[in-house]
Amino acid sequence: MPPTSPEGAAATQASPEPTFTRSIAITVRQPSKLRNLELVLLLVALGIGGTALALVQLGVNGELDPGVLWQASALGMLALGMHVALRIVARDADPFILPIATTLNALGIAMIYRIDLARGDSGWESLGIRQMVWTAIAMVIALAVIVVIRNHRVLARYRYIAMLAGIVLLLLPMLPGIGLTLNGARLWIQLGSFTFQPGEIAKIALAIFFAGYLVTARDSLSLVGRRVLGLQLPRARDLGPILIIWVAAMAVLIFQRDLGTSLLYFGLFIVMIYVSTGRLSWVLIGLGLFLGGAAVASRTLTYVEGRFAAWLDSFNPEVYDAQGGSYQLVQGLFGMAQGGLVGTGLGQGRPTITPLAESDYIITALGEELGLVGLFAILGLYLLFVARGFRIGFNGTDDFGRLLAVGLSFVVVLQVFVVVGGVTRVIPLTGLTTPFLAAGGSALVANWIIAALLLRLSDEVRHQPRLVVDE
Amino acid sequence: MNKELRRISIVALAMFLALFVSTSVIQVFQVDELRADGRNSRTLFDTYSAERGPILVDGVAIAESKAVDTQYEFLRTYTQPELYAAITGYFTLNQGNTGIEGELNEFLSGTANEQFLDQLGALVTGQSPQGAAVELTIDPVIQQAAWDALGDQQGAVVALDPATGDILAMVSKPSYDPNRLAAHDTSAVLAAYEELINNPDDPLVNRAIAGDLYFPGSVFKVLMSAAAIDSGEFTPESTFPNPPQLQLPNSSSVISNSEGGACGGGETVTIATALRLSCNIPFAQLGLALGEETIAEYAEAFGFGTSVEIPMEATPSTFPTGLDDAQLMLSSFGQYDVRVTPLQIAMISAAIANGGNLMQPTLVDSIIAPDLSIIREDDPVLLSQPISRETATTMTQLMVQGVANGAASNARIEGVDVAGKTGTAENGGDAPYTLWFTGFAPANDPQAAIAVVVEDGGGFGQSAFGNRVAAPIAKQVLEAVLNR
Repeated sequence: MPPTSPEGAAATQASPEPTFTRSIAITVRQPSKLRNLELVLLLVALGIGGTALALVQLGVNGELDPGVLWQASALGMLALGMHVALRIVARDADPFILPIATTLNALGIAMIYRIDLARGDSGWESLGIRQMVWTAIAMVIALAVIVVIRNHRVLARYRYIAMLAGIVLLLLPMLPGIGLTLNGARLWIQLGSFTFQPGEIAKIALAIFFAGYLVTARDSLSLVGRRVLGLQLPRARDLGPILIIWVAAMAVLIFQRDLGTSLLYFGLFIVMIYVSTGRLSWVLIGLGLFLGGAAVASRTLTYVEGRFAAWLDSFNPEVYDAQGGSYQLVQGLFGMAQGGLVGTGLGQGRPTITPLAESDYIITALGEELGLVGLFAILGLYLLFVARGFRIGFNGTDDFGRLLAVGLSFVVVLQVFVVVGGVTRVIPLTGLTTPFLAAGGSALVANWIIAALLLRLSDEVRHQPRLVVDE
Repeated sequence: MNKELRRISIVALAMFLALFVSTSVIQVFQVDELRADGRNSRTLFDTYSAERGPILVDGVAIAESKAVDTQYEFLRTYTQPELYAAITGYFTLNQGNTGIEGELNEFLSGTANEQFLDQLGALVTGQSPQGAAVELTIDPVIQQAAWDALGDQQGAVVALDPATGDILAMVSKPSYDPNRLAAHDTSAVLAAYEELINNPDDPLVNRAIAGDLYFPGSVFKVLMSAAAIDSGEFTPESTFPNPPQLQLPNSSSVISNSEGGACGGGETVTIATALRLSCNIPFAQLGLALGEETIAEYAEAFGFGTSVEIPMEATPSTFPTGLDDAQLMLSSFGQYDVRVTPLQIAMISAAIANGGNLMQPTLVDSIIAPDLSIIREDDPVLLSQPISRETATTMTQLMVQGVANGAASNARIEGVDVAGKTGTAENGGDAPYTLWFTGFAPANDPQAAIAVVVEDGGGFGQSAFGNRVAAPIAKQVLEAVLNR
């Protein structure tokens, strides 16, 4: 695979030449069309966000508070600033990613702020205000990523640094002194009054490492090995990386007590190794290892066992009343049932009855006030976001970029599935953040970086249509 | 790589589909179940902060939500609390709801599926939703007459329109004041509830449909006669031996007629006479001749063994099974283990009054949305046809005789034919009798069928009969019906 595409470069450089054919002239005009589409969508997104915020104020307090609306409009300016930056440094970037991320982020802010209002929190106590500040930080970082990383292939070079960074970030909360345990999970570090969840950034570092490592190692992973029962089994020494990841995921599960994060890392790795090698055996080995580990964990670790009981038997009074039982889950379901098809309306429901309605259970809070219709819209936005990421995977010009885009997109898929599936009883509940929606600065930063990377990766896809020849 | 990517895309899509399905299941299909869960405090807050619809009798509210200046916004208020308590039930913060308040809670609170469009409208206009009004079938004059006629007795009165099943009056005594339970002061409500639930007279129980079931005693003879005649094996003139006493087969027990002696004199006695004079021995013999199976079949056709919903669930009345001859003979005049609700007894009279067609009894006339559109209006429902029109006509004639020249004489009304039957049920040992009357009037054009039960012998222990205590009560209620 060539690192750059000659036709694409020629087309952009040669656009002013009058001798070019009509078809090329059209592809050359497209970028500004893309950005115009993005602008329109972004304005819609900001409109939705502003309206949601205003409705929340009217719904809870019965009056508008211009102060918060002004602060929110500053964030809107930041989003528009990002759009302008894209016009300059990534003209061909995907026009849907930024508006979707903005809409979800704005809806999240509105809901978190709504919960603040119901609880009477204000100032720095107010999670909504914090979320807005974190949004600003996250967007600036995302902007920096887009501006600084002009060519994503650079990232492939730093794959082992990325691995090291990922593992260090993962293990950071286990360091005494700065590690912090919240809600039973040791996922945070604390420096002064500042807390951060380094695992959120680790997932990006690991995705970069996986993509870089797999692009170079896939031949040895896919071609060598014996066939047993129709499955191409890998060599024992090639099992090394998957075992390392398995150990890391299990370490997170056991020492940091976080089922969701370990599931996320492991799922990410399996998907990326499958896409790069095309060997189903990796998926089966990976799933077997994870399920085996999880099965053992569910029997030996009481918190995992409790999660399973809360999942399977939520309405049993004993499970409901148990410490760490299904109380919260069931309250979330009650909230969603309260919302029904069309919801109670923003600010009209009682989402605060459910504990952690601003983070793990924000989906149930949104389900209560926006109804099934609202949740479908939100899930639809995620689906579209992921589809745009996968599109890069299909149409990207280099395998590293394609793999990275798929990995990052799948991180979003896994997070949405684990959180929403957890609160709606598809799977046992595990703690992951709902991308862009849930309260939490680290997650916001991480997800905005993912958005920025996808924007960057997509910038190269649009240059020229690629003839896809499947192997 | 693209093949794998396609597969992964399908996996991702499947994961999202699972979420679309799970959210739909919760927010559409499980909504009712989740909202009804006792642990759902959202439902509780909702029921209190929405303006609950009124319960109406003849267009006048007997239960309504009045705006108050507390966190719950509305206070449920009962204007004639004790008179209607058996019907309205009560509406409380956390002790559950009973009666119409409980059964039609979804309509009253505005959360019923039928009110979906109203909910949607309220959502768009930003107004809090309003519950629907429930118009009852009760006639306030007849209800008051029944209340007054029962006086200080413990017992119940049920009056039905035989043609439609509409319940015109339903009184249960002793009663209680549901306002005490609807208050917002939780500790006061709990204290009132404790007091009422521990009251040995069970004021919270609606005796008309759901009390401890009563022995019917002689009012069961109406069903026995109807079964005998409708079966075609007997006519009102069929005769039975007429001894003054009868020893039950394989038993040392001896039964006698309530007046003592033979039934109206003579060697033999007809069914007509036995019913008119309410004699036990001929009915014991009739029961043996008819057989347990036939009696049980007719009892079932009249509604025994099933729970009618008016919409509150009435306790099913029972006719025992697996009887030996002695037990069957005792059961044939409403003793041994025959157990009934006053509503069931009224339904027997109503079926006879309505030419053999038993209509589904109901308290609900219509449910009316806040914008006065009608959400639900039930047409009369035919429950069963236990007996033929001919049998019904014959039975009417027999029951008219019972009031005109028989044991139910205290139900006579000047100028009108009243059909009726009294009952005096033994409760074993020294326990006071349960006194009954059931019937309908006018016999040629029945406007109301009635059942009256008075517990505790009406205060006379074992010395009073149904005719002395229950028949005059029924008479007063029937007069109110005829005078309206």
